[in-house]
Amino acid sequence: MTVAVQSSGKKASLLPRLLIGLGVVLTILFILMPVLVIFAQAFSKGADTYIANILHRETVHAIILTVVVTLFVVPVNVLFGVVAAWAITKFEFPGKKLLLTVIEIPFSVSPIVAGVIYILLYGGQGLLGPLLEKFDLRIMFALPAIFLVTLFVTSPFVARELIPLMEAQGSEQEEAAVTLGASGWQTFWHVTLPNIRWALMYGTVLCAARAIGEFGAVSVVSGNVRGETNTLPLQVELLYHDYNAAGSFAAASTLTLIALLALVVKALLERRVQTRRGAGH
Amino acid sequence: MSSAPTHAAPRPRHVLPGFGLTIGTTLLYLAVIVLLPLAALLLKAGEIGPDGFWRLLTSPRTQASLQITVSAAALATVFNAGYGLLMAWILVRYDFPGKRFIDALMDLPFALPTAVAGIALTALFSKNGWYGEILEPAGIKVVYTVTGVAIAMAFTSAPFVVRTLQPVLEDIQPDVEEAAATLGAYRGAIFRKVIFPAILPAYLTGCSLAFARCLGEFGAVIFIAGNLPLKTEIAALLIFIRLEEYDYPTAAAIATVLLAAAFGILLLTNAVQAWQMRYRAKAK
Repeated sequence: MTVAVQSSGKKASLLPRLLIGLGVVLTILFILMPVLVIFAQAFSKGADTYIANILHRETVHAIILTVVVTLFVVPVNVLFGVVAAWAITKFEFPGKKLLLTVIEIPFSVSPIVAGVIYILLYGGQGLLGPLLEKFDLRIMFALPAIFLVTLFVTSPFVARELIPLMEAQGSEQEEAAVTLGASGWQTFWHVTLPNIRWALMYGTVLCAARAIGEFGAVSVVSGNVRGETNTLPLQVELLYHDYNAAGSFAAASTLTLIALLALVVKALLERRVQTRRGAGH
Repeated sequence: MSSAPTHAAPRPRHVLPGFGLTIGTTLLYLAVIVLLPLAALLLKAGEIGPDGFWRLLTSPRTQASLQITVSAAALATVFNAGYGLLMAWILVRYDFPGKRFIDALMDLPFALPTAVAGIALTALFSKNGWYGEILEPAGIKVVYTVTGVAIAMAFTSAPFVVRTLQPVLEDIQPDVEEAAATLGAYRGAIFRKVIFPAILPAYLTGCSLAFARCLGEFGAVIFIAGNLPLKTEIAALLIFIRLEEYDYPTAAAIATVLLAAAFGILLLTNAVQAWQMRYRAKAK
């Protein structure tokens, strides 16, 4: 990939260096520094305060709630992603393009709008509000609302990783397996899954990262009840507005660590996908 | 990617099992999670009616918030158009120490929760922050200004341009350029006449995705914006405020505008992508 530099000879070497220098400096200033400042602020009052902040009752509660939401949402959307990818890539049917567009909708909807549409559906004045009231069910400003909007916001991640890959891989292997007498489930488990596992893991990681970090949509529907419906990103905001900067950044640092972990996993998975592809040829 | 098998033989329909189950589950899930809530918004918008819509959307505060959102998003997208092209280019074309690290960093804005990005950027640019310390004495104020809003938007939407350009740049065969170079074309000319047309559809897609994301951004912006009505209050925040006041019609009206803008951009990028497919198919 360095052809362009070498083939143009000596005169070319100045421009690439300038471009690389500019790109690296901008990236450090624009992308890396925000991460560093989080840790600098989190530890600004010493490691003891940091640990105390993390172990604060409300923050621990927010961490637990976030974990619970993620553990509920991610498996559902992994399942949805696999099922949707199977339907779309293994069969021909009219309206497929439209279906692909509908799957991608949550990506283009603002988190705030995602919150609004759920309020207009399940809220007191919402479409299903009277019905829910009749059965004394409460969805808005409570846990179910957090689950639902997070499902909405993260629903495309797995499907979007799997569909292009399965489309490119084709169905010959699966068709062979079925012709040889394998059941659909066996075919998926033994033929499809090994082929898609890295992309599946990658999509899962992205889905989990977003589920953990979703702020806007959850903020609209959660009701922000301290120590009850506050997820970790909401707790970050709450502490920040309480002028407890160190506490807010301490909570934020845990989210940042998760984000960094997701990036590392992503880099590793991508390398796997590449080496597998390389080995295939 | 280079050797995707060609499916010349028509494949028999529905050899594989599970069509009914998978398509049924997919449609049901999408109906409940995506379409039903969207329908609730459209119904609410319908209740308001065109006159009501006009009245709600033309209030000075709503107008100002929409204007601020669009101009900050445009500013952010212009920055990312430059930054994204630069990063995609150096990551695909050159080798340099730390390249893998820089490449991995490109995804950080998507991985980092928006609220975290928001407080981090505010900390950097505030009066006593690492950047604010230098910028404010020089007369450049970022926090509580539209510039701040644009910076927050630019941060959270930064990966779009880079990540859509990278694969397309990788696909361009170096031999085409070498041929052009051998024939005596200057590097500038090669870029303009060979590379740029090939990456243009992806470039436009990346930029419009970034712009769409900016329009709806909330978490990263609200901290750095200071949220002064008529000055730095973005549309997404105004929706939030109206919801807290139980003013659902106004919230729904602004949400409809944001949603329509997002869908418009989505349709546009789909059209551009179709164009790109044709372009790439023709090139092969």
